[in-house]
Amino acid sequence: MDAYSLFREIADSWVLLAMFLFFAIVVIWVFRPGSRAIYKDTANIPFRHEDKPAGDEDESPRAQH
Amino acid sequence: MWDYLKLVVFGLIAVLAAIAASYARDVAYMVHAILVTMIAGGLFVYSLKRVGEPKAEKIGYLDGPIRIGVFLTAFWGAVGFLVGTFIAFQLAFPELNFTWLEGYGNFGRLRPLHTSAVIFAFGGTGLVTSSMYVVQRTSGARLWNDQLAWFVFWGYQIFILLAATGYLMGVTQSKEYAEPEWYVDLWLTVVWVGYLLLFLGTLMKRKEPHIYVANWFYLSFIVTIAMLHVVNNLALPVSIFGSKSVQLFSGVQDAMTQWWYGHNAVGFFLTAGFLGMMYYFVPKQAERPVFSYKLSIIHFWALIFLYIWAGPHHLHYTALPDWASTLGMVFSIVLWMPSWGGMINGLMTLSGAWDKLRTDPIIRMMVISIGFYGMSTFEGPMMSIRAVNSLSHYTDWTIGHVHSGALGWNGMITFGMLYFLTPKLWNRAGLYSLRLVSWHFWLATIGIILYAASMWVTGIMEGLMWREVDAQGFLVNSFADTVGAKFPMYVVRGTGGLLFLSGALIMCYNLWMTVKRSPAAEASTDAAAAPAE
Repeated sequence: MDAYSLFREIADSWVLLAMFLFFAIVVIWVFRPGSRAIYKDTANIPFRHEDKPAGDEDESPRAQH
Repeated sequence: MWDYLKLVVFGLIAVLAAIAASYARDVAYMVHAILVTMIAGGLFVYSLKRVGEPKAEKIGYLDGPIRIGVFLTAFWGAVGFLVGTFIAFQLAFPELNFTWLEGYGNFGRLRPLHTSAVIFAFGGTGLVTSSMYVVQRTSGARLWNDQLAWFVFWGYQIFILLAATGYLMGVTQSKEYAEPEWYVDLWLTVVWVGYLLLFLGTLMKRKEPHIYVANWFYLSFIVTIAMLHVVNNLALPVSIFGSKSVQLFSGVQDAMTQWWYGHNAVGFFLTAGFLGMMYYFVPKQAERPVFSYKLSIIHFWALIFLYIWAGPHHLHYTALPDWASTLGMVFSIVLWMPSWGGMINGLMTLSGAWDKLRTDPIIRMMVISIGFYGMSTFEGPMMSIRAVNSLSHYTDWTIGHVHSGALGWNGMITFGMLYFLTPKLWNRAGLYSLRLVSWHFWLATIGIILYAASMWVTGIMEGLMWREVDAQGFLVNSFADTVGAKFPMYVVRGTGGLLFLSGALIMCYNLWMTVKRSPAAEASTDAAAAPAE
């Protein structure tokens, strides 16, 4: 079998399956229990460290973690 | 030590470029080699004067390149829109292809100048600038390396300079949106690797435990563009002292590689990168977090997994195998969903704050940009359906579609970003004039509507005229008939461009006056007092 056909074979079987599974797992993982609180915190990142890097006597509520 | 090394490198580049200029096999290559000699020589003298000077202390965020970037983004925008408006009128009135400019100022030379000026100069500088701002603020960390940041910033501008001057002199490898020749491509590769390192380095030293979603989008933009750029520009120069190169791929493989590149340039440059902007600046301007962070993660991964396959829809009814063009079509349609997920996420960020639309013209600009994102990501999948494509392909409808995305989505979100950043970076209490922002908003919006509407009309008309056959099966219209019939719409299109351009000029004036005249923000923080880089 030439290289092209071999790659084609692998690509539309195992690689396709792997990519699909990865995507499906990401979607499920996003809804894992407890994610709401974490994402609430993450979504607020833009509202911290506006003027100064964390640690430069910057006093946003939860800079260090 | 580093200072001396820098001197050696600049000196070497200047000498080598001068040698290359003297061996040059064509004028364009010689002009570029001389340009490089001058830039490297200038940097040599500049660094020589600064050897041994005490280093400025590195405190706070590195905002120097960002300030220049804001200025240059606005500048490149005005240049790109000006050239675009001019070539729109060249199409309507061919006399504007002046004989005294033959070979430099005719449509064929100016068109790539326009597309690259708006996409890579305006959009690209906007992305580099905003990504440097966003990654620092959302990581709570200064950019990884100051020198590298400056290198990436100016290196990208040198790429723009070489590409733009090259187009005017006819240096092109004839690949749409990838016109620059081999040596410019190599330079961009070097700059881009620096950009990736800078971005990753900054993320590594972040103080926040999580990487904010905007950075995910910026990172995917950087990584994917690197891959696309390298693969699509695989070419062998005819001589290292000449600008001409030969593509490694040929025929349908070359066409497929080109549109795999071309469509993903839309997907990862004009979409993913600008979504990074959206996910930071819309919440900031609305003063509330993004509507759903979960949706933003799904939006991200869905976009990444789907976009890369959509390219073949540019090659329906060609030598490309049917399965490939069907694949491209199906993925383009599926792509509609994550795109609208992202649009909903951006729009709903305003829920509970919709009143801001009435009082804040900047948020209005961002909202209409997301609206245009939704509109063009509906139009695109529809046009990728083979039956629709048979009517729309090669007509002005495609150009209308591109512009509702580029002017509406990319342009408007970038304007919003510039209006947001200028008072922040120069520590002003606010913009010079909100009324002028409103003027900009309406001029730009009406301009886009004139543009898109006239292109729909002329595109569909053109498509129908091309396929019209009489009872004997002969084609009814010649190509020149369609050109004649398009004249009124071309004038409307040019007028739309004029409006959009004047809006952008108003913005430039407004931003300039904000820096010069606006009152300073109260000195609530001493970060503002940190020395400017």
